[in-house]
Amino acid sequence: MKKTVLLGAMTIAGLAAGAASAATMDDVKARGKLNCGVTTGLVGFAAPDANGEWDGFDVGVCRAVAAAVLGDPSAVEFVPTTGKTRFTALASGEIDMLARNTTWTFSRDVDLKFEFVGINYYDGQGFMVPKELGVSSAKELDGATVCIQTGTTTELNLADFFRANNISYEPVPIETNAEAQPLYLEGACDVYTTDASGLAATRAAFENPGDHVVLPEIISKEPLGPLVRHGDNEWGDVVRWTLNALIAAEELGVTSANIAELAAGTNNPEINRLLGTEGNLGEMLGLNADWAKMAIMAGGNYGELFETNIGENTPIGLSRGLNAQWTDGGLLYSPPFR
Amino acid sequence: MSTMTDPPSESFRLSQLINDTRYRSYTFQFIALIALVALIAFLGANLISNLAAAGLNISYEFLGEPAGYDINQRLIEYNSQSSHWRAAVVGVLNTLLVAVVGCFLATVIGVAVGVLRLSNNWLIRKIMAVYVEIFRNVPVLIWILIIMAVFIAILPQPRDFRGEDAEASMLLGSFAFTGRGFYFPKPVMGPGSGIVVAVFLASIAGIFYLRSYAKKALFDRGQMIPTLWPSVGLFFVPVILAFFVMGQPITLEYPELKGFNFKGGIFARNSLIALTFALAIYTAAFIAENVRAGILAVSKGQTEAAASLGLRPGRIMNLVVLPQALRVIIPPLISQYLNLTKNSSLAIAVGYMDLTGTLGGITLNQTGRAIECVLLLMLFYLTISLSISAIMNVYNNAVKLKER
Ligand SMILES: N[C@@H](CCC(=O)N[C@@H](CS)C(=O)NCC(=O)O)C(=O)O
Repeated sequence: MKKTVLLGAMTIAGLAAGAASAATMDDVKARGKLNCGVTTGLVGFAAPDANGEWDGFDVGVCRAVAAAVLGDPSAVEFVPTTGKTRFTALASGEIDMLARNTTWTFSRDVDLKFEFVGINYYDGQGFMVPKELGVSSAKELDGATVCIQTGTTTELNLADFFRANNISYEPVPIETNAEAQPLYLEGACDVYTTDASGLAATRAAFENPGDHVVLPEIISKEPLGPLVRHGDNEWGDVVRWTLNALIAAEELGVTSANIAELAAGTNNPEINRLLGTEGNLGEMLGLNADWAKMAIMAGGNYGELFETNIGENTPIGLSRGLNAQWTDGGLLYSPPFR
Repeated sequence: MSTMTDPPSESFRLSQLINDTRYRSYTFQFIALIALVALIAFLGANLISNLAAAGLNISYEFLGEPAGYDINQRLIEYNSQSSHWRAAVVGVLNTLLVAVVGCFLATVIGVAVGVLRLSNNWLIRKIMAVYVEIFRNVPVLIWILIIMAVFIAILPQPRDFRGEDAEASMLLGSFAFTGRGFYFPKPVMGPGSGIVVAVFLASIAGIFYLRSYAKKALFDRGQMIPTLWPSVGLFFVPVILAFFVMGQPITLEYPELKGFNFKGGIFARNSLIALTFALAIYTAAFIAENVRAGILAVSKGQTEAAASLGLRPGRIMNLVVLPQALRVIIPPLISQYLNLTKNSSLAIAVGYMDLTGTLGGITLNQTGRAIECVLLLMLFYLTISLSISAIMNVYNNAVKLKER
């Protein structure tokens, strides 16, 4: 593949230039920073806090990867992306990975050539309406004006849902969640639709969250997860197993509180392999032996990340539901560390 | 002793390519051309090899696939099962709608403001100057967003029209001005309405004929034929007569609040209105300056000569100054039309589904075919822009100074 400085400036030609550049891990290590694509701002998932520090559930995944690869959870450059810009950003190499409530779909995987490394939130698309409209089911929305984010699975599901139920609607396309809020609150749209987790997060940011209801229908499956480019399997493995490490840590009872103690060695071989006191899993990934320990220490295990960012004791108040461990009747199931 | 200077030899030496002014410019142009071709070939080859390395190819097959998304404003039949190509065409038509209405409004406002900026009235002059400076110096995207935000914040939403003691009500029971857009009554064509329309078109043609006849009479014989009242009469009387003779075939369908929104009538969406209006008043500020420049370019002697012939100020402007000013105004006006058309691609800021919103937005994003979509997008805009230039150039040739 030809490399050229000139090309960098050519948007179109440049679009594909970085696409196939393998060895993302070497780039990240050389740079000393992980470029991680996140949302433009969705409280609980990814948003800058009062000090301008990015914080949230998806941000937690970025920090865990940075900790595993670079040993420093703050060595992350967060790149805000919209539903529209995220895939170009990843394909062009502007970001090393994307953690932005992105749904794993066939065409994104096969046609757009991205590799979803796992699922960090099992979601589905829902509808939110003001209580005063007195709507109790999405099937009553005939003729409603609906705000949707463009470039999402949301807009495709919406078209299918209304078609299948033979009711009409008026779509109002918008680019970011932040733009949708005033439109919805001022009544320019009757309904706001997106992933149910996103609705909860958006509603939590309202002045009077109680004035709005989320309708019972969930009209789609939205498995959200981090993704990388096709074609760089080593890097894909690193991100995949970092996510798995967070999930496995919860299952194995490894938390940010007891990890220092457990890292001294336990009589559970799987914990030992995970934390690098036994075996050489880190080396196989091309990382240090304590890679998973660093990842877990960055923000805690999966359960801790969930509870601090979006769990029941936060304003967003999501319950674990499908996102509980398989041992608790949920769908989270990390393959074994062996 | 006589030294003979050689007659200038016609033999050609290579160094002449650089040193001889007759050839030098060709040499450099040729080198530049080669460099350009090489650069393009290199970029193209690079693009193709990189695409191949990434396992991608250039293919327009996706245009035939179902688009899968809905578009709120469509001038032709379209639903989510229609193809991406059709979605692109819906986008083109929406772009053209904004461009045509926007250019028309911008011209009307621009000419009025340009003329008024030269008014003798101090206050009017200053107000127009303030208008021009404010709109010229703030980016058009900001105007679009401001107008849309004001629109949504100030006007009542359909839900405010509901209930016994509703906060808002319809104007004359037939117009609804809501934050989502304006609803008007729509004419419904019954049987026999074609004749009414034909009569109306005939009267319009009649008005044009009358005006050109009056102009000819004025120029040939110096005879003034009144045109204002006859035109007004021609406009209204025949069509009203035809309407009643045919037994009132055209009725109105009124918008009505049904469920979440008004139904029926004509709906002008908030995004369309805000975008068109913002583009029009922004571009009008530039056109006003062109018009002012054009008028000032007509020498003062012309005005004075016309005045000494006893023409009234209105006639001086219309018959003497503006026709000459047009020659100066038209060429920059073409650029303004092109600017307006291209600026309409900011439509997505208010959720208006123009070409950039459909083909360059949702289609590009859902299919991931960025290069194909961008190339096609450029082609569409190029075609639209070149067509506008071509049409305007024809007009320019018609009004420009004819040398006899
Ligand atoms: N899961 C869907 C939708 C993702 C999406 O756009 N989510 C919204 C709300 S849940 C979001 O993250 N918005 C933040 C932003 O606008 O940057 C997809 O992948 O297409």
